[in-house]
Amino acid sequence: MTNAYEPEHRRFSAKGRRVWSLVRKESHQVVRDPSSIAIGIVLPVILILLFGYGLSLDVTNAPVAVVLEDPSPDAMELAASFQLSHYFDAQLLTSMPRAQQLMLARKVDAIVRIRPDFSRQLSRGDAEVQILVHGTDANHARIIQSYAQGAVGQWAARRSAEGKEILTGPVTVQSRLWFNEANESRYFLVPGLIVLIMTLIGAFLTSLVVAREWERGTMEALFVTPVRPDEILLGKTIPYFVLGLIGLVLCLLAAKFLFHVPFRGSVIVLSGASMLYLLVALAIGLLISSAIKSQFVASQIALLVTFLPAVMLSGFLFDLHSMPAVVRVITYALPARYYVTLLQTIFLAGDIWTVILPNAAVLAGMAVLFLILTRRVTQKKLA
Amino acid sequence: MFDAILRILALTRKELLAILKDPRSRFSLLIPPILQCLIYGYVATYDLNDVPYAVLDQDRSAASQELLAGLDGSGVFRRVANLGRAADIKNMINEQRVLLVIQIDQDFERRLLSGSQVNVQVIADGRNSNTAGTAMGYINAIVEAFNANWRTGHGQGNPPIRLSTRAWYNPNLETRWHMIPALIGTLTLLQTLLLTGLSVAREREQGTFDQLLVTPFRPAEIMAGKALPSMLVGIVQATLVLLVAQLWFRIPFAGSFFTLYAGLSLFVLAAIGIGLLLSSVAATMQQAMLFSFLLIMPFSLLSGLTTPISSMPAILQYLTYINPLRYAIDIAHRVYLEGAGLGLLIPELLPLAIIAAVTLPIASWMFRHRLA
Repeated sequence: MTNAYEPEHRRFSAKGRRVWSLVRKESHQVVRDPSSIAIGIVLPVILILLFGYGLSLDVTNAPVAVVLEDPSPDAMELAASFQLSHYFDAQLLTSMPRAQQLMLARKVDAIVRIRPDFSRQLSRGDAEVQILVHGTDANHARIIQSYAQGAVGQWAARRSAEGKEILTGPVTVQSRLWFNEANESRYFLVPGLIVLIMTLIGAFLTSLVVAREWERGTMEALFVTPVRPDEILLGKTIPYFVLGLIGLVLCLLAAKFLFHVPFRGSVIVLSGASMLYLLVALAIGLLISSAIKSQFVASQIALLVTFLPAVMLSGFLFDLHSMPAVVRVITYALPARYYVTLLQTIFLAGDIWTVILPNAAVLAGMAVLFLILTRRVTQKKLA
Repeated sequence: MFDAILRILALTRKELLAILKDPRSRFSLLIPPILQCLIYGYVATYDLNDVPYAVLDQDRSAASQELLAGLDGSGVFRRVANLGRAADIKNMINEQRVLLVIQIDQDFERRLLSGSQVNVQVIADGRNSNTAGTAMGYINAIVEAFNANWRTGHGQGNPPIRLSTRAWYNPNLETRWHMIPALIGTLTLLQTLLLTGLSVAREREQGTFDQLLVTPFRPAEIMAGKALPSMLVGIVQATLVLLVAQLWFRIPFAGSFFTLYAGLSLFVLAAIGIGLLLSSVAATMQQAMLFSFLLIMPFSLLSGLTTPISSMPAILQYLTYINPLRYAIDIAHRVYLEGAGLGLLIPELLPLAIIAAVTLPIASWMFRHRLA
């Protein structure tokens, strides 16, 4: 009885040995090539540090010029509310031309102008505050506008509370931000970053690996060995899968301990979702690489169909609600979209299964589809 | 001297042929930049154009309907549900069916009519806090309009204090006006780095570099011959982006083309210096590609393209001073949108000149020493 199983057992272990040696060979190639390490380890670390420490869409200490043309106490009080706000770094000026000069030189992002007859207008109940913003960076300008509105609103509310005239409109908006009470853009940028890193390692790096064998003629050398196509694929997948997991762990550690991004879901769910996405990305990378057989073109295509959409179309930086309807339809075909939704939810909102299950199911479906396609493209024959 | 120029031109011609003869490389010179232009133009925006929201209207009065009509008529807000209980808010937001929920309390109209202050509560999904903030801004504007309307409708006159806001250089605050001119610099940098790096690495990988060495070319001439074609292609691609910006997106050009191209040339020179440095480090085409990618990421992240430089911490702001792309994007914005002349651009041009003056000699030194 045992004899009957022996060949089967031996065949399996031979297969295991073949895959293992391919994995070792591929890992050596990754470790010994400075450029792979640069993309696999160095770039993720740079990205984590940049996004964690530096890049933010929030406005704090925006330089503004407050032009006080009216020296009355009312006007001074209003100017002070800009100076006290931590959103602004307000510079008090008395002449408009000077402020305009500063704006032209981009030394200030906005001018708040309180006109000479402000106090008189106010007593008549018809006052106007002028706000000029530098509109080149539209998003920045809009945030400044709304903070300026906030500063004036606070001043008005304070006056109402002090029993002076009522300056606010009858309806005021009381807003609450769920999941991100501190309104920190870092909280969604850092989780989003994981998508970029996984895409880089999963798709961009692997788009080179099969094409490299073709270009260097080592693919033919592989053909004469007993390895099977699926073993070649496994040998290519495993090292990059591990590299991707290392990137993931780096990101998670940095998010938690360096940047204190709230983590409200569970690590297991996050890891599961990440592995699914990594599989999809790897399969796409290998598919491109096997189909194109040229490193340069394969990497360009990988950037175009995986990395660029992961940055632009996934909702990581630019919200899906901002996109034209046609583009929004395209995003449904992109794995990164589902992964970003998963990440933002798991990080900031928690394990909300009604979001997690459908998104994870789509990723799983994509993984199966692309793995099958890749397997079909990789065949032991010369094209 | 004349001979040297002839030799450089010959090498330039050979390089251009090598770049343009291959249909795949022609494809990668033309299609990705145009695609990126279109994607950035249509997608890279923080402006919202579809905000699903839900209402918990406990007042159900004419006044609350009027306020909500303002939202529904804005073209941005889309009401997906009328909620009956406060408990429903949680699910709507958790499941991302809506971006925000507006809650209007029972005595909304009564308090309005009695002339007292009323609060409207807005609960937003902060998973993307920037989006939530923008949507909140829209709501504030709509409520302001409602307030003004209510006051005049009920004989209370104009609002006692008004804000009149105006944006310079980009009156409608369109993100596209920010992005597309910035791409002129970004795509040019990407392409120059990649081309310069690849052209040297290709010769190394194919062994033709040794053949170049036995020709009468001097190292400096080889370098110039490698730099010039990338420069040309870079400028052509910048022009391509410029054409898309003007003919497709119709972003008005305020400055002079001469100033823009003068700034761009200096920028390309600085970029070439970096590209040549990179090519002396990269041994294979794969390395050249990956290294240029490794450089382009921090360059573009620290350039003010996607997040403003003034929001970065001080130390990163200092780092941006050595980033040529930061200056290129500044120049593109200032010339394109603000119409700045050369005189105003000196703070941007000078650092670019310094970067070029530092990287080019080092690159040429490395070049000679790698040859030996």
